[in-house]
Amino acid sequence: MSRPEDTLPPDLYYNDTTSRQYTRNTRIRQIQADMTDRALELLDLQQPSFILDLGCGSGLSGEILDKAGHTWVGMDISPSMLDVALQRQQQRFEAEDETEDVDVDEDNDNEDDDEDDEDVAMNGHTNGSNAPSGGGGDLFLADMGQGLPFRPGTFDAAISISAIQWLCNVDSTDISNTAEMRLRRFFDTLYSGLKRNSRAVCQFYPKNDVQKSMITKAAIRAGFGAGLLEDDEGTKNAKTYLVLSVGGGDISSAVAGMEGVDVEDGRQIREAMKSGKHKRGKSGGMVVEGSKKWIMEKKEKMRGKGKVVKGDSKYTGRKRRVAF
Amino acid sequence: MKLLTTSFLTCAVKTCRSSPASFPLHFRDASLEKISIPFNSTFLLNILPRIDWTALQTTAAELGLSAMLPSENPQDALLAAQEAGEGGMDIAEDESKGTGIDEEVLKKLWTLLMETGVVEGKLVCGNCGFEYPVKEGVGNFLLPPHLV
Ligand SMILES: C[S@@+](CC[C@H](N)C(=O)[O-])C[C@H]1O[C@@H](n2cnc3c(N)ncnc32)[C@H](O)[C@@H]1O
Ligand SMILES: [Zn+2]
Repeated sequence: MSRPEDTLPPDLYYNDTTSRQYTRNTRIRQIQADMTDRALELLDLQQPSFILDLGCGSGLSGEILDKAGHTWVGMDISPSMLDVALQRQQQRFEAEDETEDVDVDEDNDNEDDDEDDEDVAMNGHTNGSNAPSGGGGDLFLADMGQGLPFRPGTFDAAISISAIQWLCNVDSTDISNTAEMRLRRFFDTLYSGLKRNSRAVCQFYPKNDVQKSMITKAAIRAGFGAGLLEDDEGTKNAKTYLVLSVGGGDISSAVAGMEGVDVEDGRQIREAMKSGKHKRGKSGGMVVEGSKKWIMEKKEKMRGKGKVVKGDSKYTGRKRRVAF
Repeated sequence: MKLLTTSFLTCAVKTCRSSPASFPLHFRDASLEKISIPFNSTFLLNILPRIDWTALQTTAAELGLSAMLPSENPQDALLAAQEAGEGGMDIAEDESKGTGIDEEVLKKLWTLLMETGVVEGKLVCGNCGFEYPVKEGVGNFLLPPHLV
């Protein structure tokens, strides 16, 4: 299956039809909701917070943030996605007076209906109308690869669901807009836009290990402490979460005790990068000591030597969202 | 777009990042809307210390909303009062009573920051003059490549 990222730039790929189909698809909605719940769990927020949602799309995550009592700001490069987000906000707003569940899909043009395209109440996956509600979301049409326009220390947290791999696209021949430069602008401004001792969780679909490492290293270079978490590793449902921390430097506490997490301490890795003390991975990508891949390779070696190592585990038993 | 959000927005143009004149962005031809969001003092108290009061005053004045804004950040005022030598006892008492800030003041701020939004208009950088359009409450912060 070809990756959408390889076909078109994101603002063209997510056109009106695709954006609407994406948002109406029950299965997609469920997956995005689960990943948002997981990201919220990793953020471990203790109070109603101000959250940045990067590549917010049609606001599927935002609705969950709002139900959990937060206030958010979403950015997306696709006008069509934002258009769907606005329509959904509007419907939600109107439905608030009625206290009934909202039927989001009142779009009557059936030319793009498909199997998954069932009508589902927007509140379907929560506990109904008495769910706590936050301050809603504000939307921006913006390219996160150009850098984020926020003051230092603005946000309590950031999330990004299924979006940052798009930054790695080669969609132009412009030498001042390479994937590296987009990633650098993105992570540098994300780092400064977050409060000290905060976290960001970015679920993304890396094309390969090289891309995974390129993204992680860009985050670390910006100053983040970084950890990679893999859910359902090795299956076709594998999900990769980049867990980032600002200040305190150490992500260990965020992921302590969680299985399948390899901890990368940003400071240590930045040191290693400076001193050129890094190793080369099998697939040729540069692997920093302490990175996921390096740990995997080390595990393989140890297995080879007949030592017992902890299995590459799968995440199970997820907790549902917290409410305030 | 809530005034909460605009109080944290700065110009995205690279050469403006270090310029004090790029914050706050200035409203031009703004039309406002009032929505209703249930009051949440915990969130408000979380966010208040982060708000640049001088910038918010500028914004409020541009929108003709100065009357809704106290002259200083009530949280700063509270801290100052606590530091001004009132014993630990008093602070503890204050906390048990709640926020220690007049609820009326907080509610007014809630209305200003959370329930007042810009639907149409422009946000203009005081440094480079770049205009960011706002349409249907959505800010357009896409930059032409040469400004990135
Ligand atoms: C798979 S969708 C996910 C949308 C949403 N996060 C969700 O979970 O439903 C990926 C989104 O990333 C957005 N995106 C891609 N590149 C972007 C960029 N450079 N800046 C902002 N958004 C971007 C796309 O427009 C699209 O809405
Ligand atoms: Zn500017």
